[in-house]
Amino acid sequence: MGLGEVVAAVLFWVSAVVAIVAGALVFRVDSMARATYALAVSFVAVGVAVLTLRQDFIGLVTILMMIMEMAIMAVFMVSYMGMNPALMPMDMTHAKRPSAAIAGGVFVLLAAAALLIPWPLVPARVPSDLIVRIGEALMGSKMLVMLTVSPVLFVTIVAGIVLTSPRGRYDRFGDRLRERPRDPEGGGVGR
Amino acid sequence: MPLPATPPHPGGTTMAEFAPLLVAVLIPLVVPALGFIAAGADAALRSRALGAPARVGWARPGRETLRLLRQQRRSVLGADALLWRTGGVGLAVAAFLLVLVVPVGETPAADLPLGIIWFTTIDVALWALWWLLGWGPNGAFSLIGGYRFLAQALAYELPLMFALLAPAVAAGSLRVADIVSAQREVWFVVSTPAAALVYLLSVAAFSAWGPFSAASGRDLAGGVLAELSGLDRLLVLGGRWCVLVAGAAFAVPLFLGGGGGPLLPAAVWVIVKTLLVLAVLIALGRGVPVILPQRLAEVGWVILVPLTLLQILIVAVAAAVGRA
Repeated sequence: MGLGEVVAAVLFWVSAVVAIVAGALVFRVDSMARATYALAVSFVAVGVAVLTLRQDFIGLVTILMMIMEMAIMAVFMVSYMGMNPALMPMDMTHAKRPSAAIAGGVFVLLAAAALLIPWPLVPARVPSDLIVRIGEALMGSKMLVMLTVSPVLFVTIVAGIVLTSPRGRYDRFGDRLRERPRDPEGGGVGR
Repeated sequence: MPLPATPPHPGGTTMAEFAPLLVAVLIPLVVPALGFIAAGADAALRSRALGAPARVGWARPGRETLRLLRQQRRSVLGADALLWRTGGVGLAVAAFLLVLVVPVGETPAADLPLGIIWFTTIDVALWALWWLLGWGPNGAFSLIGGYRFLAQALAYELPLMFALLAPAVAAGSLRVADIVSAQREVWFVVSTPAAALVYLLSVAAFSAWGPFSAASGRDLAGGVLAELSGLDRLLVLGGRWCVLVAGAAFAVPLFLGGGGGPLLPAAVWVIVKTLLVLAVLIALGRGVPVILPQRLAEVGWVILVPLTLLQILIVAVAAAVGRA
């Protein structure tokens, strides 16, 4: 075992512990901001753990996406959570018994899967096109489904925004799109 | 850290193996030093504009540092000190992590195969840091400042990501060293000017600097900076200069041919080019008034996103034709 592998192993276990502790803190702290950023720390630790497994892209993108997501989520959590406006200290748990039961059940299920599934042993020499092979093994037979589903999902998102937007294009510019909009705040392009 | 496996050296350890470590040790020294120079130049220009001699401005960062080091920290009722300090310390740390992948001469401190993704990850961490700075002190003006930064981030982040992709597509690699070696003939600032421009603007934006400093605006009594005092204030103001330096330093391998240049050694060229980019950023900060985030959103999404996408299209077609 070389020095690099020892460092990677230590880093893996440290980040695994950090991920679990930070994840538990999400429910122990009494502020929305702290809960959100405890979750962010947990996800960053998961990303670091993935990096130690030499999955660089997935690890970095996990960190990137989760920090961005938590930065935005903090705004929504503070705005919409709870009866008070989440600027006061508050309890982060609700429906305690069902939540504990579900969490325990999922943990047992995942842990059993991790221990009981006969995982393939890593070959001594990792093939250079590992990512391509994983991608094809995971997605190869399902690409047609994904290619069909993703436009449908995208159209649903766009349609949802169009339907819920209180001021769309025709509200702002009139039926012939020729009027000058009366926006509460002018945009930067001068329309 | 995703460090690539280093090839074994038959002749035992060489000096070249220690070079990345040396660069990594120098980063926390050189980046603040360049930040000091940039802050001094900015203050000198301001004191000239106010009719005072320029040397008053050059001395200002040093005097301000000593003043803030001696100043007692003002405590704020109900502040979330942990999150607040995380935001304050994080700025400088993020700057050092950004510079980690910049090749100084031949050697970056960390030769990551995904250098561009690394940069994007750290620059997204700045979203969290600026918002935490706004949230921490339990003050209305600070909080509005933090929210302003996130609104601004929504305007600049996508154009920035596309602008970072243009050199990567042109070089056919996400490794920063490969992007440098792809610029032997033509610098990317010449062949991808739109991406270079958007990148420059985004550096000012993620540093909450100059025209993009609405988060710390005077109309908010300082916004995210409003409640900061003493060492905390020093860390944030210094950290902001460090982030600006890091953004300028990363522009060098991305768009300005890395350490390439006549006569001088490559490491010196990297620093000279970094200072030139900083000069442009300082001129931008002094010449353009603050733009509010609600105005930036439309500029970012209606003008800059299509512009950068068009830039990537041109680069991708050129790269495909070049390889064929």
